[in-house]
Amino acid sequence: MSLDPDAIRRVARLARIRVPEVDIPRLQADLNGILGWIEMLNEVDVDGVEPLAGGTTLALRLRADVVTDGGMPEAVLANAPDRAGEFFAVPKVVE
Amino acid sequence: MFALSLAEARAALRARTISAVELTDAYLGAIEALNPQLNAYVLVMPEAARAQAAAADAALARGEAGALTGIPLAIKDLFCTKGVRTTAASRILEPFIPPYESTVTANLLRDGAVFLGKANMDEFAMGSSNMTSAFGPVTNPWTRRGDNRPLVPGGSSGGSAAAVAARLALGATATDTGGSIRQPAGFCGLVGIKPTYGRCSRWGVVAFASSLDQAGPLARTVEDAAILLGSMAGYDPKDATSADLPVPDFSAACARGVKGLRIGIPREYVSDGMAPEIGALWEQGRAWLQDAGATIVDVSLPHTKYALATYYIVAPAEASSNLARYDGVRFGLRREGADLTELYENTRAEGFGAEVKRRVLIGTYVLSAGYYDAYYLRAQKVRALILRDFTEVFRDVDALLTPTAPSAAFGQGEKMDDPVTMYLNDVFTVPANMAGIPGISVPAGLDAQGLPLGLQVLGKPFDEETVFAVAAALERAAVFWALPTIRAGR
Repeated sequence: MSLDPDAIRRVARLARIRVPEVDIPRLQADLNGILGWIEMLNEVDVDGVEPLAGGTTLALRLRADVVTDGGMPEAVLANAPDRAGEFFAVPKVVE
Repeated sequence: MFALSLAEARAALRARTISAVELTDAYLGAIEALNPQLNAYVLVMPEAARAQAAAADAALARGEAGALTGIPLAIKDLFCTKGVRTTAASRILEPFIPPYESTVTANLLRDGAVFLGKANMDEFAMGSSNMTSAFGPVTNPWTRRGDNRPLVPGGSSGGSAAAVAARLALGATATDTGGSIRQPAGFCGLVGIKPTYGRCSRWGVVAFASSLDQAGPLARTVEDAAILLGSMAGYDPKDATSADLPVPDFSAACARGVKGLRIGIPREYVSDGMAPEIGALWEQGRAWLQDAGATIVDVSLPHTKYALATYYIVAPAEASSNLARYDGVRFGLRREGADLTELYENTRAEGFGAEVKRRVLIGTYVLSAGYYDAYYLRAQKVRALILRDFTEVFRDVDALLTPTAPSAAFGQGEKMDDPVTMYLNDVFTVPANMAGIPGISVPAGLDAQGLPLGLQVLGKPFDEETVFAVAAALERAAVFWALPTIRAGR
């Protein structure tokens, strides 16, 4: 599978990264180089193999479903690029 | 003072033959003199370090010495430090000042460590050369014989490695997602251990690929690495994957020896164009361990050659998800746009560097509708086979011996033509991340140009003690005395 310029634009849009048209050919070459190399995994027989998602085979712990932290709006908002009172502020989304 | 190892400096501090303030001042002076050349630190904290050192002296005077009281360290800029800018070497986090302390650095502070500053690294830990940092490259303190051209320190923990090698810190924190502790250790003549996944808490460490990321130390000796890991490790309820297991006495394990151990030599750990000295050093390592009383066994890990390609699906997939949080809304850089989507796109276009963008795009693609099964699901299945290889071989052997990397340090700007060439640096280190097992790199020799080469020891999950025992045996046999060209105290 290889990516054409339209596919690059679609993936960039999904990733919310603006990619100028002039960068598309280089990105296409880089990504197709990586994807072409990854194709080697197709030669592995994975029939009947359970996928391994995590870094550990230990069972994940559960904890009680209770609030353990919070009540610190100033610390949470301290790094906000823009705020309105105790809220993060963004450009108007709904007219 | 710069000739002292961490263990020796600790003994001198406890004997009060040196003071913590003297030691920290010496290291701060070394940073002032050499950091402009090396770019190992992106932030130096002289006032805070001197205050911590003064507190350490007071504690020592009271006879209350912790495991690291008065020991000056470099902290990779991936670890959140309360009130101190933490950037992951990315423009997108340039204005970020964490309101909390990572568990690993909190553990080090609990034990009395002094933080000299934040160490340079590849952006978001994505790289093997430190060339992707938004703060510019780090120069390896080692140079080729008769050739002053700057070399890379490896990556992603390149600043941590350069700082420890050049005597700008007694030790450093680092992280390893695909080799980012062990490969720079190899390139800079240091010891670096990636412990078992779950041994160190990931809480407060800027996430790259959460199922692979592990913190660990870079140090000048195996014992120093053991002391540091002993402080960094431990159960943390704030990380759901943190292992609820006691932290063994890693320092004691260094003295165990290897008599009676079975050491496997995996035949697949060779690569095209590998320097002949590396094969010879591997042979030498095998002989050293045999002479020390270990039994050497040839073994096979048949899926080794697929580990790196598997990694370049799993790690970008997890990164694309983890890095979705950098949207210009809650923290970090913001670049305005006509609407919210444009704000996201402009922020991320300007905030991320080229390698981070490549990986986020690859990750987005392999997780996208229609491609998930062909790439991500298949990679997870191959990952299971890689783990199975290790599980089977560890029924027969106690540890494995391999080279750390397929080459010695290379020049800044080399291997930059296409991404895959750079990725191949991690061919011997990535399998341990895929399987979650511990691995250490020990400096064991020099190549023909006078650059350090490392040997890697891999162990069973949560058996870092055997890894330290084997590493210490290699260190004793190798008697690695060479020093980098650029270093404090020469």
